[in-house]
Amino acid sequence: MSLWVDKYRPRNLDDLHYHPELSSRLRSLAASGDFPHILFYGPSGAGKKTRIMCTLRELYGPGVEKLRIDQRVFVTPSNRKLDVNVVQSNYHIELTPSDVGMYDRVVIQDILKEIAQTQQVDLNAKQRFKVVIINEADALTRDAQAALRRTMEKYMNNMRLILCASSTSKIIAPIRSRCLLVRVAAPTTDEMSKVLHHVAKKERFSLPETAAQQIIDTSSGNLRKALLVFEAMKMQRPDLSGDIEVAKADWETYCGKVADLILQEQSAPKLLEVRGKLYELLSHCIPPTVILKTIAERIVDKVDDTLKPQIVHWAAYYELRMRMGSKKIFHLEAFVAKVMT
Amino acid sequence: MSTSTLPQFGSRPTHSAQENTKLQPWVEKYRPKTIDDVSSQEHTVAVLRKSLQSTNLPHMLFYGPPGTGKTSTILALARQLFGPDLFRARVLELNASDERGISVVRDKIKTFARETPKHVSVSSDGKTYPCPPYKLIILDEADSMTQDAQSALRRIMETYSRITRFCLVCNYVTRIIEPLASRCSKFRFRPLAQGSSQARVEMIASAEGVQAEDGVLPLILQLAGGDLRKAITYLQTAQRLHGAIDPPTPITAMSIHEISGVVPVETIRGLLRAMGVDPDSGLDASLAKRGFQGVRTAVKQIGREGWSAGQVLEQIHDALIPLSSIPAIPKAQAALAIAECDKGLCEGGDEELQLLDCCLRIWDVMSKA
Repeated sequence: MSLWVDKYRPRNLDDLHYHPELSSRLRSLAASGDFPHILFYGPSGAGKKTRIMCTLRELYGPGVEKLRIDQRVFVTPSNRKLDVNVVQSNYHIELTPSDVGMYDRVVIQDILKEIAQTQQVDLNAKQRFKVVIINEADALTRDAQAALRRTMEKYMNNMRLILCASSTSKIIAPIRSRCLLVRVAAPTTDEMSKVLHHVAKKERFSLPETAAQQIIDTSSGNLRKALLVFEAMKMQRPDLSGDIEVAKADWETYCGKVADLILQEQSAPKLLEVRGKLYELLSHCIPPTVILKTIAERIVDKVDDTLKPQIVHWAAYYELRMRMGSKKIFHLEAFVAKVMT
Repeated sequence: MSTSTLPQFGSRPTHSAQENTKLQPWVEKYRPKTIDDVSSQEHTVAVLRKSLQSTNLPHMLFYGPPGTGKTSTILALARQLFGPDLFRARVLELNASDERGISVVRDKIKTFARETPKHVSVSSDGKTYPCPPYKLIILDEADSMTQDAQSALRRIMETYSRITRFCLVCNYVTRIIEPLASRCSKFRFRPLAQGSSQARVEMIASAEGVQAEDGVLPLILQLAGGDLRKAITYLQTAQRLHGAIDPPTPITAMSIHEISGVVPVETIRGLLRAMGVDPDSGLDASLAKRGFQGVRTAVKQIGREGWSAGQVLEQIHDALIPLSSIPAIPKAQAALAIAECDKGLCEGGDEELQLLDCCLRIWDVMSKA
């Protein structure tokens, strides 16, 4: 049995619940035969991946859903071996080059050249080109992005790229100007409740309006999160009636506790205690940026208006330093100490 | 590696040429064929025409903002010099997508530069080309070459200057090391004037049979801001979208806005209002009353709709700075906040935090003013 998120993921462009004009646009692009490189961008959980898969299905038919996972080995110029997991079908190949960190350029160059220099083998295929999907394109290094730009133009005959990113700010301008930009906005409250009710109907029960509202409030536009929370709630309390507490992720409550600690008392022993908790969060693989953001948000909710801008300022300041530095805990601690003073 | 150095034209197989032209980006399709076709770089073209007549080229350094015709000019010049037959043998084009570390400079460029070409002047298509007895090496996007590779280049440039000419193409001349820059004659490419780029875009539009509503072409040029490649790409993408619908509809201003990723004016105005600035009349104390919560909701909303923070920032700047009723000091402080936020974004800071911080700082100075 699969999760509801996967079970009720739309497979066709027609099944998508929101952004109808975007769907019709993608459909006409897929039908025209003159398919450009596309860059999908939007917040997480807005449905970028779903739309990409739907578009592929529109391009090639159901064949794209026969997936296989390969492990490929790439060798860098300095003879280092890189293992990359690659998901592919006969018509497309999907990879996340940012997994290998600073060596992503090698992966990009090798795989794109390999794909680009082979023609479509299947004679019955609807399109002459193959599609390469690059996930987390905004996490690519500048080198890798620079390597993309000429390749994109030169191998236009055999290959189309679909890039998937959460924001266009980190994509260099030459790539942006070569792609069709497709913005996938997060669903509005109404659209989300429509989806939730749709899932509830498929599962054959009715969803009370108050519960739906609560789910939507906690998920802040992230439909994946909303569905996961919804399923968890249903598991905990099958009737979904009355006043129910939406289950929050453990780490989120934990971050809340840290924020409370910081506000309770501003002293050196407290800082030590907070430090222990931060370490624990980090050791559970919660991304430090997320920790910082959540704690800052909690603190901002509870302090005077005059202090709020300052806290946001320091949060932004230390978050940036955290990205540039390498030891995350220092900057988290620095932020906590700064807020305490 | 060998295939990556092929120039754009000449490498295409002829049997499917027709289909290829249809799928080709218009940017490639309408690249100028001779240097006289290059739009609005009169000064550079005049100098190059002189050197074409005397068939003696200096080493060259082309610099200027993207989309002003640097690559087009050098490709057209090379074509006029060598003709289609010898183009592949005489011209080596390297750009950032090729491996370009110090080893490549040493091996590849050296080998290419070492073979002495002969003087040939007959060509297959009946025309005669000057075909001077030297080779041309085009280093596109030279500002992304490493310092080491650039230093390795300087002696090579001098040693082989009898049989090779280098042409460096870059956006920022400051990133080219001084010894290299002093070996080249520099050509600056200015952003295109409205008139000449409009003529070019109109020519392409009519050649491709593009139907557009009134005011769409000027809008494209305005959004492209002097970058002709961007303008042509916008035009082609819009045409793809509208031509794919059956029956084809004329291009609307709305879809151009969507393609270029520009945030709607209304969203920006909403954000400005939350920061205590009236988009038309300047400061408005009553607007700033909503305070922290107002700014935060506005920023969150922008994040949810998926707009990129860099673009939002740019548009805030464009909307805020021309307002004459804001006193100079708050305006300067706002500009400072925007600049710092932009730096933060460039270095990879979290978008929402950075934008929120910047907007709060602007709100702060505006409510105190």
